[in-house]
Amino acid sequence: MTLTMFLLGALFVGLIVTLMAVAGSAGGSGLAMLVGIIGLGIAFYQWWSSDKVAMRAMRAREVSPEEAPELHGMIDRLCALADMPKPRVGVADMDIPNAFATGRSPDRAVVCVTTGILRKLDAEELEGVLAHELSHVAHRDVLVMTVASSAGIVAGMITQSAQYGGLHLLSGGRRDNNNSALPAYLIALLVSLVVYAISFLLTRLLSRYRELCADRAGAYLTMKPQALASALQKITGEMAAIPQRDLRATKAMNAFFIAPAISGASLKTLSSTHPSLEQRLEQLARIQVELGRSH
Amino acid sequence: MGFWSSILGRSKQAPAKLDALFLVPSAAITLQTAMGLSPTGTGSVCFRGAGGAAFAQVQQEIVSLLNDNPDAPDVEVSEDRFGFTWLVVRRDPDDIAGLCTDLHAVNAILEESGFGTGLLCSMVPFTGADGRRVGLVYLYKQGTFYPFAPKGAEQRDNLTELSVRDQLRGELPMETDLQRWLAVWGAPGL
Repeated sequence: MTLTMFLLGALFVGLIVTLMAVAGSAGGSGLAMLVGIIGLGIAFYQWWSSDKVAMRAMRAREVSPEEAPELHGMIDRLCALADMPKPRVGVADMDIPNAFATGRSPDRAVVCVTTGILRKLDAEELEGVLAHELSHVAHRDVLVMTVASSAGIVAGMITQSAQYGGLHLLSGGRRDNNNSALPAYLIALLVSLVVYAISFLLTRLLSRYRELCADRAGAYLTMKPQALASALQKITGEMAAIPQRDLRATKAMNAFFIAPAISGASLKTLSSTHPSLEQRLEQLARIQVELGRSH
Repeated sequence: MGFWSSILGRSKQAPAKLDALFLVPSAAITLQTAMGLSPTGTGSVCFRGAGGAAFAQVQQEIVSLLNDNPDAPDVEVSEDRFGFTWLVVRRDPDDIAGLCTDLHAVNAILEESGFGTGLLCSMVPFTGADGRRVGLVYLYKQGTFYPFAPKGAEQRDNLTELSVRDQLRGELPMETDLQRWLAVWGAPGL
């Protein structure tokens, strides 16, 4: 995982250096820089207000300990065990059984579950899922994934700027300067495309690593890997059965879910945000053996 | 937990801090003199054991290890609705120092058996002449104490809790974050 994170960092530096070089050689590419800075601003905003954005996107509302005593009791205990600050707790009124954690830091985190998951899972399984989400909070996954995807966001914005008349602007607006500016812009565009593609695959790879990390940390926290395993089986089985159309609405939130709400077909292993169920169950089985052995 | 290990997703389980339990006897005297609360003679350790049949056997072994050893205290086992196991030890109500030694012995065995990271809290209950009950709860991971005073059906007597905190502030490390004051409804002995 360290290698993946390093590669993503290198990719970002590479993109910025290329853009600077291109911009330096031809004044016309200032547009690319501007777009890049806006892209970074968007990434920063997404991270900074991730709790509000995600809660609103999922139509979740915060619940008090009086409204959901069992849920709060579980989270209280898990936080005391893990020695971490207690996050706020949210409930989203939707039938998809799922849970997510978000927020810019452990002090500002929200752990949110859907009413579907509350109905579907028993107490032990729900605790396993909550421990998984709390591990996301402890690992600062929102921060890590936002930083990791910023290269992709910037590259994506530059690529898209071509669509919004970047090329036209250059070739039409500056006829005198045409010869040097146009190729420079094309280079920036090409680099961005390549960076976008690589960054897409790397962030997905990183996301899968971090899901496995959260599974592992969560299983050690509750010491009941089999509870998380049966929760995952119930959730992923259920999600595959629900029609695709309802699920597409939640696509943007996928990276923070405990199980992805989309079941893709081809290229799935390379581009999915979550590891396969088999992979996750295999790891949990290993932890189970280890917990049984250590005494 | 270090920043880097958390960023890299390699968070470690927090270890339990056991020694502060020995501060309880002097705090018990303060509670007795200042608030008229006396120990009931029980104390309990709450921990999370691993799931599965293998663990059930290990837990049985721990209990028989404690109960068969004349030097170790006898314990009773109960399970709460959050899936945590409580081990209860009993002593003469006047011998609070002995009770703390017993609790420490239970902790030491649990830690030896690999459940050190699963220790949640320990509780020493007190009662007043007026029938009020207060549990002094020790959080192993934070190494802090807090009072828990149940009143009726799942209600807490916050006034008593806060005054206990103020009484004991000089003697025990009290938990400053009120969100960490877990409600331990139905804790054995309370």
